[in-house]
Amino acid sequence: MRKLLFESLFRRPFTEQAPSPDDAAVTELATAVGRAARRRLGRSLSIREVDAGSCNGCELEIHALNNAYYDVERFGLRFVASPRHADVLMVTGPVTKNMREALERTYHATPNPKWVVAVGDCARDGGCFAGSYAVVGGVSQVVPVDLHIPGCPPPPNMILQGLLALLDRTADHANSI
Amino acid sequence: MPSLIDLLLEGRPVQQHSPWPRAVVDASVWTFAASELAHGRWSLLGLWGEPSTVHMAIMDGHTAEVATVSLDCPDRAYPSVGKHHPPALRLERTINDLFGLSAEGLPDIRPWLDHDRWAVRFPLGNRINAFSKASPYHFLPVEGDDLHQVAVGPVHAGIIEPGHFRFTASGETVARLEQRLGYTHKGIEGLMAGANLERAVQLAGRVSGDSTVAYAFAFSRAAEAALQLVVPDRAVWLRALLAELERLANHLGDIGAICNDASFALMHALCSVLRESILRASHIAFGHRLMRDIIVPGGVTRDLNDEGREAIQAALDNIRQRFPALVELYDNTASLQDRTVDTGVLKPAFAKQYAAGGYIGRASGRSFDARRTLKYPPYDALRFEVPVLNEGDVNARVWIRVREVEQSLLLIDQILDRLPDGPPGTHAGHRREVREGMAIVEGFRGDVLVWLRLRDGRVERCHLRDPSWFQWPLLEAAIEGNIIADFPLCNKSFNCSYSGHDL
Repeated sequence: MRKLLFESLFRRPFTEQAPSPDDAAVTELATAVGRAARRRLGRSLSIREVDAGSCNGCELEIHALNNAYYDVERFGLRFVASPRHADVLMVTGPVTKNMREALERTYHATPNPKWVVAVGDCARDGGCFAGSYAVVGGVSQVVPVDLHIPGCPPPPNMILQGLLALLDRTADHANSI
Repeated sequence: MPSLIDLLLEGRPVQQHSPWPRAVVDASVWTFAASELAHGRWSLLGLWGEPSTVHMAIMDGHTAEVATVSLDCPDRAYPSVGKHHPPALRLERTINDLFGLSAEGLPDIRPWLDHDRWAVRFPLGNRINAFSKASPYHFLPVEGDDLHQVAVGPVHAGIIEPGHFRFTASGETVARLEQRLGYTHKGIEGLMAGANLERAVQLAGRVSGDSTVAYAFAFSRAAEAALQLVVPDRAVWLRALLAELERLANHLGDIGAICNDASFALMHALCSVLRESILRASHIAFGHRLMRDIIVPGGVTRDLNDEGREAIQAALDNIRQRFPALVELYDNTASLQDRTVDTGVLKPAFAKQYAAGGYIGRASGRSFDARRTLKYPPYDALRFEVPVLNEGDVNARVWIRVREVEQSLLLIDQILDRLPDGPPGTHAGHRREVREGMAIVEGFRGDVLVWLRLRDGRVERCHLRDPSWFQWPLLEAAIEGNIIADFPLCNKSFNCSYSGHDL
C-alpha cells in the first residue's frame, strides 16, 4: 500500500491528464460548476440521489461523478446520505407507483430552498416505460422539477453540465428578486 | 434417477419451442418435478405465469439438460412448488400478484411485487380495478428476549436502488433480516406484450442497467431461437466482446465498492479509474458507455472499427499493468481482510438449493457458468477457466471477481485476435405463425433467462428472469449472525439487482 500511496504522490492526477478535447471539456465544465455553486450557495452544494424506479443505469453514471476523472467533490458538490442535509434532490427513474410516496416524503424531508433535478429520459415522461400500469410517468408528475438532464443514461459530463445550468438559473432567479 | 427427458415424455410436447424442449404436463407430473427439485436432483431456472398457465424451467446440473414444463390452470390455481422447494416462494407470490393464479399450499401468501399502489389487481391476467391504498405489510414475527428492529429503506443512504430491509437484532448481531422488494416494479413484462422486436429488445436492455448487454444478448438469442435465425459469425463474436467488457467494468467497480464498504477508499478510487477506462473505451468502440441498444435480434447495430479496437486494447493494457498491484494491495492489507474473511458466509448447500448463479454461487462451491455449462457460441470456441471457491464469505466473492477479471481479459484477447470478417448482422424478419424461444446468457451477476412467444412479428408474452431472484433470498441467510454494520459490505458483495428483480 505504501508503494501505491507513494506513487500517487508523484503521479499527476487523472483529472489533469487531458489528452483529448473530451477530457478538457470535463475539467472546464467541472470548474465552471464549482464557481457557480460557490456563488450561489457559498462553499458547497449537497445532493441527495433518489432512485424512483430507474433501471440503475443512471445510478452507475452518477456514481462515476465521484471517480478520479470527474471528482465532483473538488468543487464542493457532494452526495449526502439524508435528504435533510440536501440542497438538491437528484431523481432518476420513471417514478414507479410503488416509489411515489417515498419520493414525496423524501421531497418534504428536504429543507427549503431546494431544487429537483430529474436525470434520464424516463425521469422526464416515463420514457420507454410510459403507459405502464405500474409507472406514474415522470418526476414532474409527483414533485416540481427544476431541470431535466436527458440521456439514457446521461454520461457524467452531461450531468455536470446539467448541474451548471441549474446553478445559473437559480442564481438568475435570486438576482431578479 | 429419472431424466428430464422422461419427465417430458409424460407430457404433450410443444413443437414451436426451441432450442430446449417444452411440454404441457398434468398436475401430478408438475408436483413430481417440484419434489425432484426439493430433493436437489434438479435446479430451478425459472417459474412464470400466463393468464391461465404456469411454466417452470428446470435444469439437470449433471447433464446440462434444460427443459420447461407447463401446466394449464383453468381454475386459476396450481399445486405449489414453493411448498416443497423454497426458492420458488417469491416467484409464486409474484405469479399471484401479476396473474391472479394461486399456488395451492403456498406457505406464504403475502403479496410480493404488488404494494396496493397500481389501482389494478392482476395486471397481466384478468385485471380488476382496485383502490390504490396501501395496506400494512406483515413482516414475519421474530420472538426472543432483547430483540429490536431496524427498518432501512426504501430510500437508502447511498446512490443505490430502493428496497426495504427489516433487521431484527440482538445487540449488534442480526438475528433475522427480511427483505421487502418491488419498489422499482415498472411492469416491463406488461409493456412487452404486443411490442415489436425493436421495442422489445430496447425494453429488455432496460431491465437492469448494469446488465444491459446481457439482457439484450439473452433477449436476442431467445428471439433468434424462436425465429430459427442464424446470426452471422462476426455478430456472435462481437456480442461476446460486449458481454466481457460489461463483465469487466462491473467486476472492477464491485471490487472497489466492496472495499469501500469496509472503509478502504484507496481500492475504490483506483478500481473506479480502471472501470472508467473500460467505459470510455466502450464509448469509443460502440458509441455508448454502457453499450446499450447495440445487441439486437439478428446481430449488432454497430461494427467494431480500428479506432474502437485500439481503444479497447489500450484499456486492457492499462488494466493489465495496474490491476495486479491492486490485487496485491487487497491481499496484503490485514485490516481489510479482517472485515471480509468469514463475513457473510453463504453455505454451499444454500447456493446449490437456490441454484445461485454468478460469483455468489461460484464463491460457495457451485460451478455453474452458462458460458461453460451451456456452451453457447462463441464461448464453445474460447478458452477460459471458471473459478470456484468453497468459503462463501465476502472475501471469496471478491476473489471470484478478481479471477473473472483476469479471465475476461484473456477472453477479450482471444476475441479480438480471432474476430471473423463478415456482416455484423442480418435482418430479423418475422414469421406469421406462433414461435417460442428461450435463452440463458451469463451476465456479470449470473445467468439471465429470457423466454418469449412471438406471434406475427410481435411479442405475445416475454418473461425475463434476473439472477437476483435466486440470490436475494440467500443474502437473508448470509447476514444472519453478522453485525448490522457489516450489512453494506455483505450486500455489496452480493450486489443483487433491485430493478432486475422487480422488473
